[in-house]
Amino acid sequence: MVLSRVLDDKMAGLYRAGKIHGGVFLGRGQEALSVSVGLALREGDVFAPLIRDGAGRLAFGEPVLDAVRTFLGSALGPMRGRDGNVHRGRPGEGLLAMISHLGAMISVVNGALLAHRFQNLKGLVGAACIGDGGTSTGAFHEGLNQAAVERLPLVLVVANNQYAYSTPTRRQFACDDLADKAAGYGLSARRADGTDLEDCLRVIAAAVADARAGGGPQMVVARLLRLCGHGEHDDAHYIDPQLKQSPLGRDCLAVAEERLLREGWADAEAIRALRQKAAREVDKAVATVQREPAPDPYKENWCALASRHLSEMFENPALSTHS
Amino acid sequence: MSITYLEAIREAQAKALADDPRVFIYGQDVGAFGGAFKATKNLAKEFPGRVLDAPISEDAIVGAAIGAAINGMRPIIEMQFADFSTPGFNQIVNQAATLYWRTQVPCPITIRLPSGGTSGAGPFHSQSMESLYAHYPGLIVMTPATVEDAYSMLLEAVAIDDPVIFCEHKRLYYHLKAPALPTEAMPVGKARIHRPGRDLTIVAYSAMLHDALAAAEELAGEGAEIEVVDLRTIKPMDTDTIMASVARTGRLLCVGESFPWGGVTAEVVARVATEGFALLDAPPQRLNAKDTPIPYHPKLWLGHRPTAESVCAAARHLLQM
Repeated sequence: MVLSRVLDDKMAGLYRAGKIHGGVFLGRGQEALSVSVGLALREGDVFAPLIRDGAGRLAFGEPVLDAVRTFLGSALGPMRGRDGNVHRGRPGEGLLAMISHLGAMISVVNGALLAHRFQNLKGLVGAACIGDGGTSTGAFHEGLNQAAVERLPLVLVVANNQYAYSTPTRRQFACDDLADKAAGYGLSARRADGTDLEDCLRVIAAAVADARAGGGPQMVVARLLRLCGHGEHDDAHYIDPQLKQSPLGRDCLAVAEERLLREGWADAEAIRALRQKAAREVDKAVATVQREPAPDPYKENWCALASRHLSEMFENPALSTHS
Repeated sequence: MSITYLEAIREAQAKALADDPRVFIYGQDVGAFGGAFKATKNLAKEFPGRVLDAPISEDAIVGAAIGAAINGMRPIIEMQFADFSTPGFNQIVNQAATLYWRTQVPCPITIRLPSGGTSGAGPFHSQSMESLYAHYPGLIVMTPATVEDAYSMLLEAVAIDDPVIFCEHKRLYYHLKAPALPTEAMPVGKARIHRPGRDLTIVAYSAMLHDALAAAEELAGEGAEIEVVDLRTIKPMDTDTIMASVARTGRLLCVGESFPWGGVTAEVVARVATEGFALLDAPPQRLNAKDTPIPYHPKLWLGHRPTAESVCAAARHLLQM
């Protein structure tokens, strides 16, 4: 959580300094929920994070360098400048690289779980994260229904952070609680307090354990408030000040720190040291990546196919001087 | 003993399932029912657990195929009709087509699209989607016109490490027959000169090949030797074979069943005009369906799409230019 927050803050700073092309999307306020997902997964599981899942990614094992390289467009990153920011992933290692179309990753996780079934790999689960806005898509419905029909070990984690970009939940859905949707798919849903790390850890771990044990798809709905804009280009002026003052507006990181201090599990010095360690790790990664080469359009192979022999080249012969 | 185009598709899937444990079939009604056109007849029985009925969720069907492919499988998806691939369009063009380029993880999925018009099928069971999919980088688009190609190209599609849009024409399913399944095949991406000639080149693909061949036969009676080129795959497109044919004949007519704005025929004409302008003795021509939705009534439908008669008329006009 701390590493994710520090990394997010660094990326936000670099964005404001004009060092990042494209968008920067933060997980501020959502770390407790996200990290709980990453911590509950194991090697061999599949994880489809969404845009605010930096903490879950780190907990799942994504290196800080992957994040920094993708935000800064390094040629050495997993996306090599071909895709940026939160679209990074290593699908061959279980970390899916999200497309921008919400809900679309759920069925991809389902497919991975179907493959596990064909390959007789047991005890593995897949987790997909989505927000309140994403629950309105057709892909969300199709994906959840598909998982239910096939009884796949999918854990669908809904972060109801009260706004989809600027749209409040009252313009997004008409049911009382997103968890009510689960019954329509023949599932039950768990609810979590997204501002409370302990609650998130407990609820997500139980959902993952049930999926792992063959209990079919699990849905978790966590309520929290997004403590940032949709992206760093957005000042989030539309967020209701009353929500910010409500328990929903608590910063999960501050809540977790208070708990650590109150229980005497850590003192202020230990927490400060943790932050400093995270800052050093992030600074080192940024310093490394800033010395790395940008992708070179003249060395790019401009081939979208794995079967290179089947690719067509669309070059204007009139502009080609060497032929 | 003969085999139909549809049986060839069924046999290719049976062989793919038998040869490769990574292959499975997923689509609506493909299981015990055997598919809306019976292209998967008995496969669920012969390959238990590997031919799965899907809910009516084209987006999730394609998404699941992609996830399975990432994890080592080789899924074959049947869309009940090509027209119904539009609810799955996002997954096809944004997820499957971009996956390898973005992540270097291949996406070996085959999406079968029962395509094209048949009498009485109307606006939503008749479409030809090949031009739309060919527009997107990262996809291979096949349009087999013969029984032999339907078989061998479907097997190639499953073997290719990229997403393949396999456009099989419903009008060819039952009446197009071959004596036997092929034992060898042309490479993917090569067009075939189906009928040699020296006066005019007709480039066609899928069911339009047969209208083009009928037109060529008709025109032979009028003394014109028409060369007919079957594109076989429209992406990649075999520009060399097209250009070589136009070099021989000096005249190009490209025929396609899909809508007229842009598309395969426009692409062929553009390539010949830009790279082979000096080879042409007359302006290159194209013939497509009309720019309306596809009509239901057989009389309107025959007036909507190109037919042997309209291909003949277009060719006669071009021969006189």
